[in-house]
Amino acid sequence: MRDAALHGPGQGRAPVILELQGLHKSFGLMSVLRGINLAVHEGEMVFLIGPSGSGKSTLLRCCNRLEEPTSGAVLVEGRDILGRKVNINQVRRRIGMVFQSFNLYPHMTARQNVTLALCKVARKSKAEADVIARRMLDHVGLSERIDYYPRALSGGQQQRVAIARTLALEPRIVLFDEPTSALDPELVNGVLNVMRMLRDEGMTMVVVSHEMRFAREAADRIVFMADGEIVEQGTPSEIFGAPRHPRLREFLSSLGTV
Amino acid sequence: MQTFSSNFLNWDVIQSYLPDLLAGMWVTMELSAIILLCGLLVGTGLALARMAQLRLLNVFIIIFVDVVRALPPLMLMVVTYFGLPYLGLRLTGFAVACIVLASVLAAFTEELLWAGLSTVSVGQYEAARSTGLTFLQMMGSVVLPQAFRLIQAPLASRIIATTKNTALASVVAVPELLSQANTAQGYSGNASPLTAASLGYLIILLPMVLVARRLERPREAA
Repeated sequence: MRDAALHGPGQGRAPVILELQGLHKSFGLMSVLRGINLAVHEGEMVFLIGPSGSGKSTLLRCCNRLEEPTSGAVLVEGRDILGRKVNINQVRRRIGMVFQSFNLYPHMTARQNVTLALCKVARKSKAEADVIARRMLDHVGLSERIDYYPRALSGGQQQRVAIARTLALEPRIVLFDEPTSALDPELVNGVLNVMRMLRDEGMTMVVVSHEMRFAREAADRIVFMADGEIVEQGTPSEIFGAPRHPRLREFLSSLGTV
Repeated sequence: MQTFSSNFLNWDVIQSYLPDLLAGMWVTMELSAIILLCGLLVGTGLALARMAQLRLLNVFIIIFVDVVRALPPLMLMVVTYFGLPYLGLRLTGFAVACIVLASVLAAFTEELLWAGLSTVSVGQYEAARSTGLTFLQMMGSVVLPQAFRLIQAPLASRIIATTKNTALASVVAVPELLSQANTAQGYSGNASPLTAASLGYLIILLPMVLVARRLERPREAA
């Protein structure tokens, strides 16, 4: 189990896994991120919340360079990953990402979806990759579906395969980009349960999500963004119980009670 | 009826030219194999090169593709075969046929594949990149298999058309099946070798047509 004193958003503790320094991102004239500073510690589960267009997803996508930041630094375990000499593909292996629309490869079974990067990027043998795929799919409760194609799986099952695909590479941190937004309501819990399990195993996670109830219950820290800036951050009880910034209050009241 | 069978179905004539016809059939198959392999590879390479979004390179690719698709392959072949020697480059008819027909197939493959690539969703590229696959690994394992699946029916008919077009190589002195049959017909004054050659083409092409038919069948909804 997790040690609240260790992982709570207090002072000095677990090492920093991901650090963003003065991160800026513009698309043409539009400035989407305006100087983000954020440090995520090992084992921490950080939720990014905020109105749409506030830059949450862009922030997440800058962390593995699916978007190239305009300026600033992204440090993964202390190393700037924006440098010219960085082998981004080996960095990406260490930064998992789970997408809103799952993005499973439709021409591959669940097992093949998991083993592809294991063989190609992590250079595991076919047999090793197979063992890992079985273990990962079992871990997310899909050992029965190992040879199913994505089209034969529900959205929730597809998202769990996508999580298994990411976990198989043994990432140091996993980024979740609205992992339950495309799911039917009754399928959301299966995915959230897997995320809870990862949290209890000490996985470091950054989550963009609109599941406020889940954020309140599971997050170590909640970061509220608006207009490309971090406006306020704190524990769930601070953010939901005693919001200080007017933008945050406005945002929370627009959601209704949580 | 009697004249028809003695002129078109004369087994004695066919038999005496059978070794030539079989040799021609072998050349046709060699020619087809080389052209299909090169054409598909080069076409795929061009589509991938076009993804690099280099303006000048794209202009060259598009001009090449459009010109080659617009010209009759027979004309390309004749011009290349009889024109190149004036530029000091003498190629065999076999080489010219390979280059021209492979170029035509490459042009069509590039266009089809380019359309197919643009229908593969952005999320597929992102998922592949986020797990650390390189560009070529991503294309080879994730994107191209999906793109080829989308274009398999039109690509199959293009492959069939290309294979049939190897008969055009007869005009640049390649001893392929049609050329051998023509020669045999000239010597024997009998059209039966042409009948035999038709049969030869059917043997090569019918299996391809049957495969294409399977690919064209609408797949069950996902």
